[in-house]
Amino acid sequence: MNLTLRIWRQKGPEDKGRMVTYQVEDVSPDMSFLEMLDVLNERLILSGEEPVAFDHDCREGICGMCGLMINGDAHGPQRGTTACQLHMRQFSDGETIDIEPWRARAFPVVKDLVVNRNAFDKIIAAGGYITAPTGSAPEAHSTPVPKADADAAFESAACIGCGACVAACPNGSGMLFTAAKITQLSLLPQGQPERYTRVIGMVDAHDEAGFGGCTNAGECTVVCPKGIPLNTIGRLNRDYLAATAKNGGKPGS
Amino acid sequence: MDLYTEGDPVADTRAPEGPIETRWERRRFSAKLVNPANRRKMTVIVVGTGLAGGSAAATLAEQGYRVRSYCYQDSPRRAHSIAAQGGINAAKNYRNDGDSIHRLFYDTVKGGDFRSRESNVHRLAEVSVNIIDQCVAQGVPFAREYGGLLDTRSFGGAQVQRTFYARGQTGQQLLLGAYQALERQIGLGNVEMNSRHEMLELVLVDGKARGIVVRDLVTGEISTEMADAVVLASGGYGNVFYLSTNAKGCNVTATWRAHRKGAYFANPCYTQIHPTCIPVSGDHQSKLTLMSESLRNDGRVWVPKAKGDDRDPRDIPEAERDYYLERIYPSFGNLVPRDIASRAAKNVCDEGRGVGPTKLGVYLDFADAINRLGRKAIEAKYGNLFEMYERITGEDPYEVPMRIYPAVHYTMGGLWVDYDLQSSIPGLFVIGEANFSDHGANRLGASALMQGLADGYFVLPATIANYLAAGPFEAVDASHPAAVEARRDVETRIARLLAVDGDRTVDSFHRELGQIMWEHCGMERTDAGLRKAIDEIRALRDQFWQRVRVPGDGEGLNQSLEKAGRVADFFELAELMCVDALHREESCGGHFRAEHQTPDGEAQRDDDRFAYVAAWEYTGTGEPAVLHKEDLKFEYVHPTQRSYK
Repeated sequence: MNLTLRIWRQKGPEDKGRMVTYQVEDVSPDMSFLEMLDVLNERLILSGEEPVAFDHDCREGICGMCGLMINGDAHGPQRGTTACQLHMRQFSDGETIDIEPWRARAFPVVKDLVVNRNAFDKIIAAGGYITAPTGSAPEAHSTPVPKADADAAFESAACIGCGACVAACPNGSGMLFTAAKITQLSLLPQGQPERYTRVIGMVDAHDEAGFGGCTNAGECTVVCPKGIPLNTIGRLNRDYLAATAKNGGKPGS
Repeated sequence: MDLYTEGDPVADTRAPEGPIETRWERRRFSAKLVNPANRRKMTVIVVGTGLAGGSAAATLAEQGYRVRSYCYQDSPRRAHSIAAQGGINAAKNYRNDGDSIHRLFYDTVKGGDFRSRESNVHRLAEVSVNIIDQCVAQGVPFAREYGGLLDTRSFGGAQVQRTFYARGQTGQQLLLGAYQALERQIGLGNVEMNSRHEMLELVLVDGKARGIVVRDLVTGEISTEMADAVVLASGGYGNVFYLSTNAKGCNVTATWRAHRKGAYFANPCYTQIHPTCIPVSGDHQSKLTLMSESLRNDGRVWVPKAKGDDRDPRDIPEAERDYYLERIYPSFGNLVPRDIASRAAKNVCDEGRGVGPTKLGVYLDFADAINRLGRKAIEAKYGNLFEMYERITGEDPYEVPMRIYPAVHYTMGGLWVDYDLQSSIPGLFVIGEANFSDHGANRLGASALMQGLADGYFVLPATIANYLAAGPFEAVDASHPAAVEARRDVETRIARLLAVDGDRTVDSFHRELGQIMWEHCGMERTDAGLRKAIDEIRALRDQFWQRVRVPGDGEGLNQSLEKAGRVADFFELAELMCVDALHREESCGGHFRAEHQTPDGEAQRDDDRFAYVAAWEYTGTGEPAVLHKEDLKFEYVHPTQRSYK
């Protein structure tokens, strides 16, 4: 296959950035999307140009490091698939493909297609855990967990923190990410003691990091490579409401 | 020139003597403690945030130490432990199927082909039960039975069901548990997290590890960070083969830099080739994808009986199929350990019976399991793996048998550590895959997660206190001559890589190095092949330093520069791996020397000559390394030839 790529190039956070057009030839349909970019980069290096910077690591769809807007879709056209797992057989010969970084206020561009997603870590640090210092744990079987709850918790826990939900959201909201963690932990008996302080802490951190609010557009769940369902946000809202009610109607802890 | 020389044997492993069941307890009791007020005055650097590093950093911070954590990824949650699929072993015996700490210990020593330390392995088995408790308390959503209790399954090389799992994403869930504990400590101000930072040098002051030199991958800034002790949890070195199941960024640089500063590197030739990976599809391939070996619980491995049989696998009648694992190993069948399954696949492909476009593949067939259990049951167990397979290959494994082939997956070798997980450099501790300690010559499935978390949550936090009890050590800062020199070495090296400005890319060298290693230091090794590989590696390394082209500069994000530094270290490691493989004139676990096999093609150990850990001391690039032997004693598990027939 021969393709025309239009790729966002930006030298650093202060640079304005622009789309640059490249031609790539002899792309095999068995290549992954990132392998196609590898081929382009090898050529750029040999011709004395700077290769395109993009984040990636495991290349098997689980580390959450890669993230590209491909033709305007977070992670590209295939549902339930990260950019690293997307293969070129999803495209046709002669196609023009636009490749851009995640665009959101909370994810500033570092260089080219690389963005800074530290805001996600801050949300977790603000309550996305169960306080269980090493050595303090009771015997694992002392608290049975209904299978349905365990399975539903797993479904939310499958989030890979890639940020596609934020990139796809018209508001640049990180609600699906936040809600996935809140749902996982609030479904488990071990997560109950901190349930309400957690939701307040995480939502506050989310807002402080510059993410927008959720208006139920639902774009997030469509592009989520792990299929985190939209109803997790409903659960977050219920917990948030209950938490503020417990707190005399005031948000914040 | 000799390839190596022999030095003094390793004098002391600090392992307690006496009954094995109480060694760990006695060691913990004899270890000195640090009082809480002093802990606040001491800083520990932890490099890497996978299962070992993440859990260690969180636990040390909980105990009151000041912790500085480093990872090259943009978030500590992305360390490659996240990709582990199958599960984690623990001797809970919830199944009442005869499991026990002793049996897990026994299986692991045997599975490691009698090349691991009994003391360490027993401790690992003891601690395994605490790990499950810890992870459940953190909210790790393990698979459960309808009664609400934890589900377990059997896994490669074991006849009991002791493997706990979270669908096919166990590593992810365990890592997120450790990551969340770590983030909690970051939020509390007890851990300073430095993501997108890479350790490029170790700083020794008066013979002790006192700091590291790191590069900020975003700004390019080089800085020196000092501490009272340094913990390396930087993972394995499988990417020396270029194609492996490791993440693209996985590298040996942190441990190799420490090796160059005096830390012994143990058993580098012990690499695990995983039997169930998706076969290579072409020259563009950048990495290989593992299919969890839990698939072997229900999938049956076969090839056609006839060479060159190109029929659609569904059209090949039962009578013309060779379920070779079930045939050769009737008692373990498709569940034989990884090294055995991998070599068997290589053998049938070498006979010309391989399948798929490259003929380097065998079938893993679920037709029987789907008939027996129904498609829904298979979906529930393996749904995400089947989807991943289809995305990559474009084939539906519910309809057509999967094709699999072995790929480099895990490295049992690593920096040498004593029973306390301290390297041969005082104050330098090494945990997880980065050390060599527990798996001998072959790791059993679902044991890597167990070891990473055992080291990080339970072992290191106890043993490092014994070292730190002698502190706080004399304050040193980045202006210390040793720190200045280490930093200058880093700067010189970066300048040198950028200055070559040759005509080949880093990846082209890495790919070629990987081919040499896979050909001669992969599933089967020979004296002649290894000697040839050493010559080729040296020649290619010279070419690298003359012809590599690293675009851009050292200021700011430069992914080519990152890769170049890592590949330069792989070149040095590759030679040591081949020397180690050459010197070990026996076959054991993941190290198969063609000259040393039984008449029916199984690995033949030579316990009289090689029942030792080979700990290598660095003397200079291309210079003969010094071999220090640590004799292995087996008091509880008598070495026998492993038999899975």
